[in-house]
Amino acid sequence: MSVAIAPEERMARSYLTDGYNLKSWLLTTDHKRIGLLYMVSITLFFFVGGAAATILRLELMTPKGDLIETADAYNRMFTLHGVVMVWFFLIPSIPAVLGNFLVPVMIGARDMAFPKLNLLSWYIFMAGGIIVLATLIAGGVDTGWTFYVPFSSMFSNTFVVPAAAGVFIVGFSSILTGLNIIVTTHTMRCPGMTWDRLPLFVWAQYATSLIMVLATPVLAITVALLAAERIWGVGIFDPRLGGDPILFQHLFWFYSHPAVYIMILPGFGVVSEIIPCFARRPIFGYKFMAGALLAIAFLGFIVWGHHMFVSGQSMYAGFVFSIISFLVAIPSGIKVFNWTATLYKGSIRFDTPMLYALGFIGLFTIGGLTGLILASLAVDVHVHDTYFVVAHFHYIMVGGMVMAYLGGIHFWWPKLTGRMYSEWWGKLSALIVFFGFNLTFFPQFVLGYLGMPRRVYEYTEDYQILHIMSTLGASILAVGYLLPLSYLILSLWFGKHATGNPWSATGLEWQTTSPPPTHNFEETPVVTEAPYAYDPVVAEAEYRASLAEIEERPRVNHT
Amino acid sequence: MSTTHELLQEPPLAEHFDDLEQQHLSAQLGMWIFLATEALFFGGLFCAYTVYRRMHWIEFVVASRELNVAAGAINTAVLLTSSLTMALAVRAAKLRERRWLLIYLAITIVFGAVFLGIKAFEWSEDYERGLVPGSLFTFPFRPEFAGFAEIFFLLYFLMTGLHAIHLIIGIALVATVAGFCARHQYVAQGENLVEMTGLYWHFIDVIWVFLYPLLYLIDVHR
Amino acid sequence: MSHTIPSIRTYGFVYLALMLLLALTVGAAYLNLGSANILVALAIAVVKVVLIALYFMHLKGSNRLAWVFSAMGVAWLALLIGLTTLDFVSRWPALPGK
Repeated sequence: MSVAIAPEERMARSYLTDGYNLKSWLLTTDHKRIGLLYMVSITLFFFVGGAAATILRLELMTPKGDLIETADAYNRMFTLHGVVMVWFFLIPSIPAVLGNFLVPVMIGARDMAFPKLNLLSWYIFMAGGIIVLATLIAGGVDTGWTFYVPFSSMFSNTFVVPAAAGVFIVGFSSILTGLNIIVTTHTMRCPGMTWDRLPLFVWAQYATSLIMVLATPVLAITVALLAAERIWGVGIFDPRLGGDPILFQHLFWFYSHPAVYIMILPGFGVVSEIIPCFARRPIFGYKFMAGALLAIAFLGFIVWGHHMFVSGQSMYAGFVFSIISFLVAIPSGIKVFNWTATLYKGSIRFDTPMLYALGFIGLFTIGGLTGLILASLAVDVHVHDTYFVVAHFHYIMVGGMVMAYLGGIHFWWPKLTGRMYSEWWGKLSALIVFFGFNLTFFPQFVLGYLGMPRRVYEYTEDYQILHIMSTLGASILAVGYLLPLSYLILSLWFGKHATGNPWSATGLEWQTTSPPPTHNFEETPVVTEAPYAYDPVVAEAEYRASLAEIEERPRVNHT
Repeated sequence: MSTTHELLQEPPLAEHFDDLEQQHLSAQLGMWIFLATEALFFGGLFCAYTVYRRMHWIEFVVASRELNVAAGAINTAVLLTSSLTMALAVRAAKLRERRWLLIYLAITIVFGAVFLGIKAFEWSEDYERGLVPGSLFTFPFRPEFAGFAEIFFLLYFLMTGLHAIHLIIGIALVATVAGFCARHQYVAQGENLVEMTGLYWHFIDVIWVFLYPLLYLIDVHR
Repeated sequence: MSHTIPSIRTYGFVYLALMLLLALTVGAAYLNLGSANILVALAIAVVKVVLIALYFMHLKGSNRLAWVFSAMGVAWLALLIGLTTLDFVSRWPALPGK
């Protein structure tokens, strides 16, 4: 397909060269360009949130507040970190960047079903982002990303309403993305792309999108009620009127627990693409993998009460939520075992995306299993609101989602940009991220178990050694994130030109050119076989040949 | 009704779709998913209503008595009628009867406006009677229940207010679509637009069908 | 798109039924049915909504997916309200002296 076309000619016909001015980017309805707009935006937010995390970690190196001098400033700093990382990086990360770019290509469509809505979702995202950034510059919020009442409604003197408005607005951007992906998956599949041939990445985006459209509106109404309560001074959650603050927690977690799965399911999708490719084996138990995604998406909706065991929620409701939370382990276990089984007897290559994917499996497993510890009613009373919780969800969100995001970015970088990055630097930074991450967050499990509460900036000296380890790890992690930022950007000018299918992977996205043309395919593809049709023996030879072909290419820029 | 000038033509096909059926199916599916989203948007308020009604049911009964049952019933009838005309508008669009389409859309807008008028009248009445939550809230009729009755009125204003916002958006949409169909005599995307707007309009009706008994008719027999 | 377009008569009957159900809602509210009042009111509302959805919103004759997603909206609403209510109905009664 792409063999006969010279690299310079291919670049000349890709979506990247279809207009060079600002307008051709800002008014584009091409899902691939919108994906890149999202990528640039969320990278910016990632480093804003990361800067806040760095300040928090530096402050925590010593038991006294010396870098940040007041509890209030510390509260604002961790709220900034939480709000930006959750809503402006993690939620849109894989769905809005890779999902946007890849879902139509993977199913053989020319674009998303609603290209204009897709562009609108980016503008809504930026509008929400600008409001939140302005809020932070003006002085920030001190409620934590959870905005719990009655603190946020009655006592906080910070900019709760603008921050809530930003979250409200950005919610509609993720609703539109989700709606678009669901409709696209239903109506835009090319001939032969039946549901049992759908790549697991698309299944994962589909399951995630269901959560986005069904959970996000509840968050929107919840923060709207919070804002109404602050503006009018009449509270729907105000106990003086007969309201119940715990109702806020119910509504909030009806969104925010499923949101955790918005943050991890797309990662499952990425890893399910990478593992078969670099193990040169078909995915083990495809149907169970797809079913497990939907099962997790569903179960994720009915476990929210496990965030509220010590809130005053009825203990019988606690039983129910606890039991259902344990059920989530079943589909999650299916996924981990099936990835492992895919590796068995494979011809494994440790390229950069594979290193991230393998790291993901290990870290997600730790994050998931500690989740079961937290879902146990009695144990949760002991570790609730401690660093144990902080460590648990960072293992899922950073160890899981950020690893998967980086793995996905590396895996599809040749497709996104038409360039290869430096494999040596790629592997090095994947290892640095893995090492730095564990050094940052593993000590936090111990800290939490020993009783270190979260969201405090001063602590007794007994905890200091573990905090120093954690801060040290965070510094290493920061290097691990800055490296890919540098070499990936440099690869745009100095990287070798990629072939259409540098990893010899299956999947429609690899059958078009790198980068793809504006409408993705020269002619509508037809699918005739099951996904992940890898053969360990043949595929290995193909794979070597493909890399050798790239190796022979000149490094100079042709465009 | 059958001259070319009166007909809406086939909707144009966007370039990323294969055929009109795919385009129509996508629009329809997208709208239904959006309506599911809307249902959960209102869902937060229905959830609060359920919890607080159970917690303070006496106050809810007492407070509900202060609402104008007749005005609510008339409004329900008005909105149901507007749904009928909207459905007929969609039918006219499918039959490509341009004149009837515009007539039905206009009637729908009028009924929507009548609903808002009656609602505004009710709200002003509530305001004069001291039923608006906040510093204006006096609830002079049964002061012994004033404490928790306020939360009923808070929910009442939030739910009917959010519903009214949706209705205003609905009227704006219908007006836009009507304007579009009136201007584009020969080529119009009319059919899909009218159908999707119709779905949104009926959804507003559906919400009100629940709001009316839940807010106005709590144990009126007492 | 392949389904037939309903006649004006059909719409008329549905409209009449909706109006009768509205009258029934108001009437039933004035009867003392004890705790069943709310159930009757909700049941009538559900019938109305089903009529609106099937005929005015053309769910009848629509693609299967429209059914699935409308049902999902309802089901998830039930999850939200159901599980939240589960907490509030199963709380310990207030201790004496509280």
